[in-house]
Amino acid sequence: MEILKNVHAKNIVEWAKDKPNTFLLSADLTSSVEAHLFRDAYPDRFLSMGIAEQNMLAFAGGMAREGLIPMVHTFAVFIYRRAYDQISMSVAYPNLPVKMFGFLPGVMTPGGATHQAIEDISVMRSLPNMTIIECGDATDVESCLDVAYSVDGPVYVRVLRGEIPRLFSKNDPMVLGKIRTLHEGDDLVLLTSGICTEEGMRAVSAMEDHGINIQHYHVSTLKPFDHPEIVEKIEKSKYGCIVLENHSIIGGLGTIIAEQMAKYGCSKKLYKMGLNDVFVHGASYRYLMRENDIDAMALVAKIESIVGQHFGIREEDLEETYTPADLSDAKPEAL
Amino acid sequence: MDERLVSRISYAADGIRLRVLDHTLNRRGGYLSQACSSADILASLYLSILKLDDLDHPLVPGPFSGVPSKDHPAVTGASFNGNGRSDCDNFILSPAQYALPLYATLVETGRLDNVAMENYNIDGSSVEQIGAEHSPGMEVTTGSLGQGISQAAGIAFARKRRGDSGRVIVFLSDGECQSGEFWEAVQAMSFHKLNNMLMFIDINGYQCDGIMTSVMNIEPFDERIRAFGGRVFRIDGHDIPLILSTYQKACEEPTDKPTFILCDTDVCRHMDILRERTKFHYVRFSSEEEWQRYRDYYDEKMKERSAGWKF
Repeated sequence: MEILKNVHAKNIVEWAKDKPNTFLLSADLTSSVEAHLFRDAYPDRFLSMGIAEQNMLAFAGGMAREGLIPMVHTFAVFIYRRAYDQISMSVAYPNLPVKMFGFLPGVMTPGGATHQAIEDISVMRSLPNMTIIECGDATDVESCLDVAYSVDGPVYVRVLRGEIPRLFSKNDPMVLGKIRTLHEGDDLVLLTSGICTEEGMRAVSAMEDHGINIQHYHVSTLKPFDHPEIVEKIEKSKYGCIVLENHSIIGGLGTIIAEQMAKYGCSKKLYKMGLNDVFVHGASYRYLMRENDIDAMALVAKIESIVGQHFGIREEDLEETYTPADLSDAKPEAL
Repeated sequence: MDERLVSRISYAADGIRLRVLDHTLNRRGGYLSQACSSADILASLYLSILKLDDLDHPLVPGPFSGVPSKDHPAVTGASFNGNGRSDCDNFILSPAQYALPLYATLVETGRLDNVAMENYNIDGSSVEQIGAEHSPGMEVTTGSLGQGISQAAGIAFARKRRGDSGRVIVFLSDGECQSGEFWEAVQAMSFHKLNNMLMFIDINGYQCDGIMTSVMNIEPFDERIRAFGGRVFRIDGHDIPLILSTYQKACEEPTDKPTFILCDTDVCRHMDILRERTKFHYVRFSSEEEWQRYRDYYDEKMKERSAGWKF
């Protein structure tokens, strides 16, 4: 598997070259959110706003009113938790093109509960005018800027940083509202997003070896979301649907699918896998994914229980996944 | 000092107070003390300080046309102000609770049709009680206190970069300056050298719960803003020649800082009948008798006004 380093940091410099109306706003986490190369390349389009997110978001709203495209960069958790009223009234209400790039979503940070955005999709999804996208690999990260820029309104993006895998072809960029089909099968439908997609791919391929065929989708546009064709697939499947996500089971992709199944009248079962309505603590993301049952092995166990068979699949039977070293040179020093 | 201009502003300021009193009587409640404290500032802004788009006649406010969405582009009340012209100023009313005094100011200065006062707070009208960006004279949505100055700063940043001659002029009230966001904004405006921003703050000393010093003290306000990097003038907000000369001074002395003109004001200014009260956030009447006393007071003031009397 191809592993890329600092994808966003490099990409945004190239991307912004011919877009003089784009500005980057940072809240004292510039290299931690891979904004340092932009800062160095375009110092007059980089605004340091300090640890003051409320002002940063409303300030961005003011800039957008005057035709600029502010790209707010900080940790995901500090965008929606610290400045929700400002996002609501100074950005979302007037439907202004402020692009919010939230890094280290869910368990991706070892920073503990204060740093973990576990209900951001839930909170942001209920805001009128908001578009939400989430990156699952390097190709998604490379294309999320184009997608965010193409929307004439506010966009919240869950971004990945550091060393990240390329799961989808470089020539197959993220498209707004388009769900990627990763595997075909009639037994079960599996929907994954973000870092959970790689976990899903590992489990799906192990299951295939045991004759369980899974329809696997990767979701990158969380709002707007209207996909009757997915519900139809669920309805026609043998066992129903599993959703696996790096987010609370309340209000995220699992809830979105539940709403869609209710809307289109689906009679099959839905199994929601995510953070089980709990706060998380500080540890490595691999450890937290295991602890919270959102990794490939947890998915294998869930599928085994649904189909009522035990295949004896072990971790070492799964395709390998890449975990960056603790002291990787692509890993920003600061939380 | 142009004495005719000062008299005109003074006359308009009392007109604002009386329009809001009349309205408060008709609706049996209203933001009257805000009009009393801010009228001289608002009249000075609209008759002298603000660079506005010329209007041939007062504009008639439309009905509420819908919230902004992808199918409905946002409409703002900027057409009553600078209307987005690069040489005109933005006027940002930060405490949207002052919408009624603002509407009265626009009517009094010939920019808004008087029908607005009848439409005020009527279902389906854009002339809302706590105005939003679709309301006359409002350019952004500011009812959640503290956000106005940050939005104004973003606008000022963009305008400065573009090289507009128009400035961003913000009206604030003292209560909202208790919020953390206000101070975040002041430090950011100072850091990013937004010297195209001019803030007028109505320091009337009252907020919803009562006297500000009993709710949450912000004094010494001038020293605090200065320490955060603003250029500060502190004046009597009812002394119209002083408002104009301070503004003139601020324009003449170059600075790379945002400018704050702190205006100490009186919530009962030219409305002595209010002095018996202890709460001023929203004036309502406790009895028919009280209402009648205010009505008589209004009639008497109007008689004096038409006879050429000044308050």
